[in-house]
Amino acid sequence: MATQDVAVAAGHDRPAESGSTANAIPPGKKINDLSIQIATVNGSGSQSANSVLLRSIFGMGIPVSGKNLFPSNIAGLPTWYTIRASKDGYVARKKEIDVVIAMNAETAQEDVKSLRAGAAAIYEESYQLSQLRDDVAFYPVPFDKLIAGVCPEAKLRKLVKNMIYVGVAAWLLEMPLTVVEPALRKQFAKKQKAADLNWGAVQAGFEYAQTNFTKKDPFVLEPMNETAGKIIIDGNAAAGLGCVFAGCTVVMWYPITPSTSLVEAFIDYAKKFRIEADGKATFAIVQAEDELAAIGGVLGAGWAGARAMTATSGPGISLMAEFSGLGYYAELPGVIFDVQRGGPSTGMPTRNQQADLLACSFLSHGDTKHVLLIPGSVKECYEMAIAAFDLAEVLQTPIFVMSDLDLGMNNWMSEPFVYPEKPMDRGRVLTAEQLTELGGFARYKDTDGSGIGSRTLPGTNHPQAAYFTRGTSHNEKTAYSERPDDYINNVERLNRKWETARTLVPRPEVVQTGKAKVGLIAFGSTDFALRESRDQVRNEYGLETDYLRLKAFPFTRETVDFIAAHDRVYVVEQNRDAQMLSLLKLDIPAELIVKLRSIRHFSGIPIDARSITDELVMQEGL
Amino acid sequence: MATTAITPDAPKAPKTNHIGLQVLDYRGGKTTLCAGCGHNAISERIIDAFYEMGIEPERVMKMSGIGCSSKSPAYFMSRSFSFNTVHGRMPSVATGALLANKTMRSLGVSGDGDTASIGMGQFVHMIRRNVPILYIIEDNGVYGLTKGQFSATADIGSKLKTGVINDLPAIDTCALAIQLGATFVARSFSGDKKQLLAILKAAIAHNGTVVIDVISPCVTFNDHEGSTRSYKYMQEHDVPIAETGFVPSFEDIAVEYDPGTTVNVRMHDGSQLRLKKLQEDYDPTSRTKAIEALMEHGERGEVLTGVFYVETDKPSFTELLNLVDEPLATLPEERVRPAKSVLDDVMQRLM
Repeated sequence: MATQDVAVAAGHDRPAESGSTANAIPPGKKINDLSIQIATVNGSGSQSANSVLLRSIFGMGIPVSGKNLFPSNIAGLPTWYTIRASKDGYVARKKEIDVVIAMNAETAQEDVKSLRAGAAAIYEESYQLSQLRDDVAFYPVPFDKLIAGVCPEAKLRKLVKNMIYVGVAAWLLEMPLTVVEPALRKQFAKKQKAADLNWGAVQAGFEYAQTNFTKKDPFVLEPMNETAGKIIIDGNAAAGLGCVFAGCTVVMWYPITPSTSLVEAFIDYAKKFRIEADGKATFAIVQAEDELAAIGGVLGAGWAGARAMTATSGPGISLMAEFSGLGYYAELPGVIFDVQRGGPSTGMPTRNQQADLLACSFLSHGDTKHVLLIPGSVKECYEMAIAAFDLAEVLQTPIFVMSDLDLGMNNWMSEPFVYPEKPMDRGRVLTAEQLTELGGFARYKDTDGSGIGSRTLPGTNHPQAAYFTRGTSHNEKTAYSERPDDYINNVERLNRKWETARTLVPRPEVVQTGKAKVGLIAFGSTDFALRESRDQVRNEYGLETDYLRLKAFPFTRETVDFIAAHDRVYVVEQNRDAQMLSLLKLDIPAELIVKLRSIRHFSGIPIDARSITDELVMQEGL
Repeated sequence: MATTAITPDAPKAPKTNHIGLQVLDYRGGKTTLCAGCGHNAISERIIDAFYEMGIEPERVMKMSGIGCSSKSPAYFMSRSFSFNTVHGRMPSVATGALLANKTMRSLGVSGDGDTASIGMGQFVHMIRRNVPILYIIEDNGVYGLTKGQFSATADIGSKLKTGVINDLPAIDTCALAIQLGATFVARSFSGDKKQLLAILKAAIAHNGTVVIDVISPCVTFNDHEGSTRSYKYMQEHDVPIAETGFVPSFEDIAVEYDPGTTVNVRMHDGSQLRLKKLQEDYDPTSRTKAIEALMEHGERGEVLTGVFYVETDKPSFTELLNLVDEPLATLPEERVRPAKSVLDDVMQRLM
């Protein structure tokens, strides 16, 4: 599978893969099980139309997800948006495309050629695609002619034109316009005029299709009741919201794709919910000069007692290396969101990977290691944001939250988020009164075997409150020391703290029947595809699998037990070098290592179930 | 009008300052720097200045980078909270700490390598934001801990002990700071006790970024013939731009001055900075004149010292952010975690 992915990526950087299962779709209706791919030019304003389409399907009660497969470019390059509707609740990317909406002249031919037999294609009439194949249902639409009729202002036509395909798709998929209109009105909530204009375009598309087309493909949508009470949000907004409810007060950041929208969401929410009656803010946001300053500010703020965070991606992580080591060694709280993208180097800024695991686990020189939290859904982006601030202060160390582009920048359906039940845990901070009682303190003394010392905050009004924070080797009382016993005591204590972290991080989610010989381990955004793949291998090959979804590093007992309980355990991840598998090898008993197998997907396109299934089946020899 | 005795001689060293602390309360650990190092003299002046200004040591955050200079916070004010960060990146840490607690004072100690080479990026952005910090550059023109390589403030033509001549021009951190909008910019010499103390006290009274470049000879690697950072060179080439006097706000003394020869600057805390002109055209409120003076004297091989520029009414960075009055760090949960109804409302809108 890995090889195939590389070929796909190298070929034309195309998200549509014809796949190995390109059989003709049987006649008859295919209800609530389809993928739509909309091919446009970056910057052509298709986002609103795609969002309306997504929200209309959501409004019909059908489980749905949307993905933006976009270039690192502001305008002019090809971009694809894929929507998946699934009665079974599968929301990962589907490898096969069922309906293509070809709006980009440059890619239209390829978009159609890569379809599997039986698919449908809505496209701009002038592209003349229908002669390309005879096994695809073609629906040519004169977009320019239609838009001229509904949008008198020529300069707005480019923006509104896309809404025509929403109308055509609605007719094609038998979606009632009564579900499209509220979705559209919501999209243009405060812009009545824009809403009316766009609604006109939807109607024009619908009417044109109704008048001119006969349905020749099986794909239809029927109302269900599977989305009631659910929300749609992207992972970055969810994490930003989590930070607001985590009581984060200081943000220092440097814009970088795909993490930018996390901080921007925090800014939006904080401006709404964290300004007091007198107009003053309970938060400070600084756009730093670079990522070094961003994490420097976070650690400075954490040292002085604030809940501070930054959000970044690969290249920013690299720049944060030295400070991360200081955070580990001087024991400073701070939260770093890494919304991972394709590396190495500048890599693929707008493509997905889970390839910063090793970098973040050991970021910085020397014996440095960091706690990672790994959200596997937008809900966990929110929940782990809150958990991260508690952990950072309890453990007095930087916490890395390992999101990724697919999770962070794409819209996902979710249960509504739950208000934090527990009060904030600010960790061991001594007050002036406690210092008087204790008669002073030693900052790095382990008093209870947890490895965690007590700290004071700058400004604590006591003559013995101050201590000297440093990245140089130090004794319990923070004095500079190169004595071997001081050094060893200190770093061994940090290891005890690491073991304490192991008891505090979120436990993995385990699905175990006790009968399966094959175990699967995955994490982050891979979860969606993996769940679907388990059903595929069960239904198509009769293979039962157990599943463990990792949520944190260091690993916990459950993971070791899970590996021990299976003959073969496949670690499924979105990077070339099997980074999670490597981390596991470092942490599990040697005799278990031989059980580990690897399934990797690293083309930059989000992982899909079929790719996992094909690879698993091949390695299992089924 | 009396124009002398701008800084009245203290009658006798008082046992306590005006908040009742002894100078002992401002002391630090024993220095590990070389005997005669200019940095030790600067540490002494910092102790004097904070003691005489009656600043509670617990209200001070001592921030530093890496280098000989950056070790020195261990040698003064042990009751202050200290953070020896990483090389060249202290300004960001100091900024973050001030965001967490804007009620604290920040004292940054850096060196010429830590500021003008590896730390240039953070230095300029700290100034651009007017972060309220007293930032001291202990400037000796060489890297001491790595045994005497030139730094970026070393003058062109200056000679290393090994005979190597510096063929690159110096970065003038003061001219740069003025250009970038620093609101208090001065240069002094570690050997000039009186001037350095007066400048430090005025700096403590200032709100905003203070940059003080203190020429601080390195007795081990840069105090020889041919160096432009030696004690001897400074004694021969130090040209004060003004005589610096300071009348703190809490001293109820009316000291007369001649407006014709002396510039009086009312500081943020009500103190008065008295600058008696020693050079023509001196105007500490003019950026262009300050930079002109620095360039002219620099071209003559002179080291101009004194307060070059002061601007007292520009809002500091923490003021610009419109933060609540209390430190963000210790706001209670009910002020930083919105109510459940807020989350429920957000969820409703996302449905």
